[in-house]
Amino acid sequence: MVSLSEKKQGYSGEPYLSVTGLKKYFPVGRRSLTGKGAVVKAVDGISFHLKKGQILGLVGESGCGKTTTGRTILRLIEPTDGNIVFDGMDVTHTRDMKALRKKMQFVFQDPYSSLNPRMSIFRILKEPLDNFMGHMSRSDKKDLVVQTLQTVGLTADHMGRFPHEFSGGQRQRVALARSLVCSPELMVCDEPVSALDVSIQAQVINLLKRLKQEYNLSMVFIAHDLAVVEHLCDPIAVMYLGGIVEISPKEELYSSPLHPYTQALLSAVPIPDPVLERQRKVQLLTGDVPSPLNAPSGCTFHPRCPLAGEECRLQRPQLVEIRPGHSAACFKAASP
Amino acid sequence: MPDNFENISGKIRTPILEVRDLSVSFHLLEGVIPAVAGVDMVLNQGEVLGVVGESGCGKSVTAKSVLRIIPCPPGSIDSGTAMFEDRNLLELTEAEMEGVRGNKISMIFQEPMTSLNPAFTVGDQIAEVFRFHRGMKKSEAFERAVEELRRVEIPDPAKRARSYPHQLSGGMRQRAMIAIALACRPRILIADEPTTALDVTIQAQILNLMGQLQTDIGMSIILITHNLGVVASIADRVVIMYAGRVVEEGTIDDIFACHHHPYTHGLLRSVPRLDRPSEDLQEIKGIVPKLNDLPRGCAFSNRCDYVMEQCRQREPVFKPIGSGHKSRCWLENRPW
Repeated sequence: MVSLSEKKQGYSGEPYLSVTGLKKYFPVGRRSLTGKGAVVKAVDGISFHLKKGQILGLVGESGCGKTTTGRTILRLIEPTDGNIVFDGMDVTHTRDMKALRKKMQFVFQDPYSSLNPRMSIFRILKEPLDNFMGHMSRSDKKDLVVQTLQTVGLTADHMGRFPHEFSGGQRQRVALARSLVCSPELMVCDEPVSALDVSIQAQVINLLKRLKQEYNLSMVFIAHDLAVVEHLCDPIAVMYLGGIVEISPKEELYSSPLHPYTQALLSAVPIPDPVLERQRKVQLLTGDVPSPLNAPSGCTFHPRCPLAGEECRLQRPQLVEIRPGHSAACFKAASP
Repeated sequence: MPDNFENISGKIRTPILEVRDLSVSFHLLEGVIPAVAGVDMVLNQGEVLGVVGESGCGKSVTAKSVLRIIPCPPGSIDSGTAMFEDRNLLELTEAEMEGVRGNKISMIFQEPMTSLNPAFTVGDQIAEVFRFHRGMKKSEAFERAVEELRRVEIPDPAKRARSYPHQLSGGMRQRAMIAIALACRPRILIADEPTTALDVTIQAQILNLMGQLQTDIGMSIILITHNLGVVASIADRVVIMYAGRVVEEGTIDDIFACHHHPYTHGLLRSVPRLDRPSEDLQEIKGIVPKLNDLPRGCAFSNRCDYVMEQCRQREPVFKPIGSGHKSRCWLENRPW
């Protein structure tokens, strides 16, 4: 279905999803006559590569641009600049996005607003099939819907029901089934467990782990909870104010974080164990995350950084590989 | 953070608030929902009591019933007592209650945006407390409001007092909420998910602040949360709730190290933890039952791994299993 002309000739196919210099600026307020108005730099030049079967964790606090990144990868929002290559195809410039959407699916944070309340579960799951697999017979579609429901831990009995009859965890399973039904290769999950209760959250995390193996899925997993990301993702990218500040294999990020922001973030997570809690040293950050509307000069983290020096105020550090596979955007981490 | 809290276990405990056999129900179109069914809860002088449970377990309803801010109808407090300073709060007149709320018992809410009035400045909203409870003049009250903002470590308090809630960040708004709640130096602070809407680094700041203010003012705190990490970091005692009932109660060491109830056990094992990387998450099977359609006998029996015949017949009694440690379960010994 994908025209061959869109496949880049001679592309090795090593990184499966490759994002380079991705930017998304949103205009705010009224533009002046010169056409230049204020912009929010929601995503400001981020790059990463994902291999097949990997789950990249994208972590950061609210407003750091992680959701915008996820949506821009699937072109639910048009990027301002940058390049996205998925399985050898240029996502940013393709004219046949529909063929790509079959392979790239999105799971939204809130299972209460992402399912149409007037559609039965069967119709919700059949819609992607009608859209992408028009050639299938109705009975084949039904079989596939039942099979997908079973994979996510629901049963055929649930097909005739409507979203309001389900609990949050079950709705998220339906949302996952909807993404899985046309066998995607890449899934972008935007905080799929943060609206769920702990006991249900564990069910969905375990389900995602299993699905990844069964379908050999690649995922971009967006979350703010470092403990959840630790259980599911490898590698992990930490975002702050529109940029990636650190990207690293899982073990290394947690055992020896390089960027001061990652260090503070990790130390701020409370551990559910009073004995360990009494020993935990919190590295308190002062102040709030600055508004992306007037991001600080130089390193965006410098007003809150305990290590900030003169150069941090003036120059923006680039993401440099400090250990193999482990990069950080920090002058101090690069030359301790 | 925990160093800010005196260990009260060695001291004599004097109860400051005693809730006995509280039952609250909501009369809705779909029937009567028993949101809280016979809850006993004791808050001692100077302690932080963590109330833990998943959504719909009745933790917020219990707290709101004590302050009598449940909308009646549809809600109704069916039975129980809440003794505070030798008076039953549930029998006070509305005028008497107004002297308690915000003065002797204060509450802070989860969503600092919706609980502040968008039409008034933050300073005015704090000043209102002083004018209402202390009969201060407008200008004097406003000066005190600025003092209170300084106390909760808001930078440039004189300027911030003239800001409207939408001009403040989430963390700042929560600080303003705390300032309002603590303006009259209450004896009890009820904090309903105070950090759930905040990012981890801001959560660490707010928990630290609450710890400091608690020792300064010498108040007792009821901390309602679903985050076991937050509980481990600041609570002295914990109450675990499920389906409108207290299922286990004990000191944090009892609950985390030698919990007795299978629900507590399941809850603790389903939380992803940073200190135990990559350990498989144990989920609690099934979903939280509807409150008007609970299983017979023990409310947890349909999800419990250790269910026995008698669990399906009779509801277990809330019995002591150690000093200050109680559990609502038929099991004699811990099976894990």
